Amino acid sequence: MNLTRYAARRLAVGAVQVAAVTGLVFLMTEALPGDAAVVLAGDQPDPARIAQIRAELGLDRPLAERFTAWAAGMARGDFGASLVSGRPVAEIVLDALAPTAVLAGLTLLLLIPLSVLLGVAAALREGGRLDRALTAAGAALYAVPEFALAIVLVAVFGVALAWLPPTGLGGLTAATLVLPVTVLLVRPVCSTGRLIRSTMIDVLAAPYVRHARRLGLGRFAHALPNALAPAVQHLARTADWLLGGVIVVEAVFVIPGLGSALADAVGQRDLPVLQGLALLFAATTVLVNLLADVAAFRLAPRA
Amino acid sequence: MRDRLSRRGFLGLTAGAALLAGCGTGTATTSSGSPGGGSGGRLRAVFAGGGATEVLDPHLANLFNEAARAKALYDKLADLGPDVSPQPRLAEKWEPNADFTVWRITLRQAHFHDGRPVRARDVLASYARIADPGRTFRAKSSLALIDLPGSRAVGDRTVEFRLKRPFAEFPNVLAAFGTYIVPEGTTDFSEPVGSGPFSFVSWKPGSSVLLKRNPDHWDGAPYIEELEFLIANEESARINALLGGQVEYAHDLSPASARQYEGRVTVVRAPNSAMQAFAMKTDRAPFDDRDLREALFLLTDRQQLVDAVMPGAGQIGNDLFGKGYLHYAEDIPQRTFDLDRAKALIRKAGAEGLTVELTTSTAAAGFVEAATVFAGQLRAAGLKAVIASGSKDTYWADILTKGSIASFRSGAMPIETHIAQRLLSASTTNATRWARPEFDALYETAVSARDAADREAAYLKMQQMLHAEGGLLVWGFADWIVATSPKVSGVQAAPANTLDWARFDKVRLG
Repeated sequence: MNLTRYAARRLAVGAVQVAAVTGLVFLMTEALPGDAAVVLAGDQPDPARIAQIRAELGLDRPLAERFTAWAAGMARGDFGASLVSGRPVAEIVLDALAPTAVLAGLTLLLLIPLSVLLGVAAALREGGRLDRALTAAGAALYAVPEFALAIVLVAVFGVALAWLPPTGLGGLTAATLVLPVTVLLVRPVCSTGRLIRSTMIDVLAAPYVRHARRLGLGRFAHALPNALAPAVQHLARTADWLLGGVIVVEAVFVIPGLGSALADAVGQRDLPVLQGLALLFAATTVLVNLLADVAAFRLAPRA
Repeated sequence: MRDRLSRRGFLGLTAGAALLAGCGTGTATTSSGSPGGGSGGRLRAVFAGGGATEVLDPHLANLFNEAARAKALYDKLADLGPDVSPQPRLAEKWEPNADFTVWRITLRQAHFHDGRPVRARDVLASYARIADPGRTFRAKSSLALIDLPGSRAVGDRTVEFRLKRPFAEFPNVLAAFGTYIVPEGTTDFSEPVGSGPFSFVSWKPGSSVLLKRNPDHWDGAPYIEELEFLIANEESARINALLGGQVEYAHDLSPASARQYEGRVTVVRAPNSAMQAFAMKTDRAPFDDRDLREALFLLTDRQQLVDAVMPGAGQIGNDLFGKGYLHYAEDIPQRTFDLDRAKALIRKAGAEGLTVELTTSTAAAGFVEAATVFAGQLRAAGLKAVIASGSKDTYWADILTKGSIASFRSGAMPIETHIAQRLLSASTTNATRWARPEFDALYETAVSARDAADREAAYLKMQQMLHAEGGLLVWGFADWIVATSPKVSGVQAAPANTLDWARFDKVRLG
């Protein structure tokens, strides 16, 4: 298939998906009990005051009108302002994007060489001691949820031994990144490594690799690209998952990223911020998956 | 961009409009120690906060971290002392006329961080901004009784407030939560200029605010050179950051953390800080029956609740707000557990086997735990108790109108303010629906009688009524717990929202 046409069609579908997600998020937030005015009034829920806050925020307008206004703003590139602080949504989202991008980027960057290394090492000696040790350790670690691992690592390395800072308070530095990135890495390394191991074993046994080997060519260089193609799609799913995993990790390590912003926005019913974040999450998912498919196509063009 | 409007959520545990209960008149002056040089250093303090949507506008302060920052940057005319009575701050003294309708406030000599003096006009402009009918600032209702157009500046350092009705407790208003004095004409608070002990350096929304020592503060310069506010919403993260040396001060810790880490860190417990209660609605079945309300008072094993919910960090309550505060009725005997009398009253009310739906949520720490323990106590007295858990984000608005009994708590505020906001027929946040004309009349006497003895008698009478048959079952008072690194000294055990709480200008490092 023509790659450009394929990508263009996927992008168009993606745009529809993103629009659908923001619409859904809007409706789902509406369905939550209470609105930003009630949340803002907090422990001073004087009904007259709530009504006035609601009017000031424009929350007393009909749902369709508010959604249309938001969509019209979007079309002009205006993401609106937070109901709670009045700060522009674009600013809030961009501020929160930086720490999350650092976390997710670093995790992906380390994930690829680590899982390839472990997967290939295990595959080359299939059934050997290293393979069995890696498989067992991988299965065990994969079963530990992020928050549990995070709490244990903080208690041990942050508090008891005091080798590393227990939280990201005061800004992200190399030292504060160690624990959160470790937590984010563990499960994807286990799953990606295992995937690479099994495809590598299949590919190594394939006739063309055996043929290359008979001809005295490196089996490795021929096998790896084919073994990586399924792994790339798996990486795309991992990138999506990272956005979710980041919410937990950001909460435990106090990192003011997208996950924290999302949790705050839901708690405060801050619809414009929530919409901005939903838009970013949806667009990222669509783009990452598209890139993965294109990359897989390039690695193994037979599809 | 929309004007910043907002007020956000719960003050953690406290419901907090903090004003204070004053004795009315009074011309006190504060001691103003003026330490010479600071001991230097940066103190990093971590609080729970509102995340990336937080604001620096002191009139929008709502959460504890916002209140603590506002207090570092700005001053109020008065603030609450250890017994939650009003203490003069920017106001050097206050003098009412005979019927408490006109109050003359003399300002002390103070300056904003940019060098301009704090003038009477700044006070009037700040109050006018808060009271703006088009806005919804938290302190607006506190200032509602001031006739602002009729009030005036007499020279630069005297303000004459004219009130809409006689009010002997006016200094409570001057100390009300969020009534900070800002320079006249301020509209942009992105680089705040106040008169407080610290001046602004930088702000990263959602993560940090850095302030520096104001060497010219009228109440003496701070000892520390810099003060940084950090945000961590999880209690575990706050204590971990303290243990890991990332901060020197962690605000609002759980009794469990305090016990576990006391010794490694310095724990400061402020008693009588957070009232713990169940609010019964007195206007509807089943708690419109005074016998049933009394039965609930009697079947409550207060010590069991304190031990279960806040072990080592609280005391039992006597169904009255404001233990230890000015005007508190100390002499009303402590109510004790009496299951037999409770059962007899339940029988008398015809409520045996009645199903009670107890509303709670995770809106405040310990709510669900307390509700669970209390449900067991209700069952022991022959009532059927069902726990209904609601949304934490909208909890306070929900319990105002819905249900019949709900978990309730409140932070420090003057007893007068508590009554005005929650217990009068016209109160807008009356969760117990307590509405008695004779009680309203007693309140009027308490805040306007010319003779102080008459006012005090009215306070006692109101509390006797509430103790006998009110809707608020006050079972305990939680300590307010903060912890610091061992090298920090000078942190006072003061309830949140009072003057000495989060008072970083009096703290030393090293």
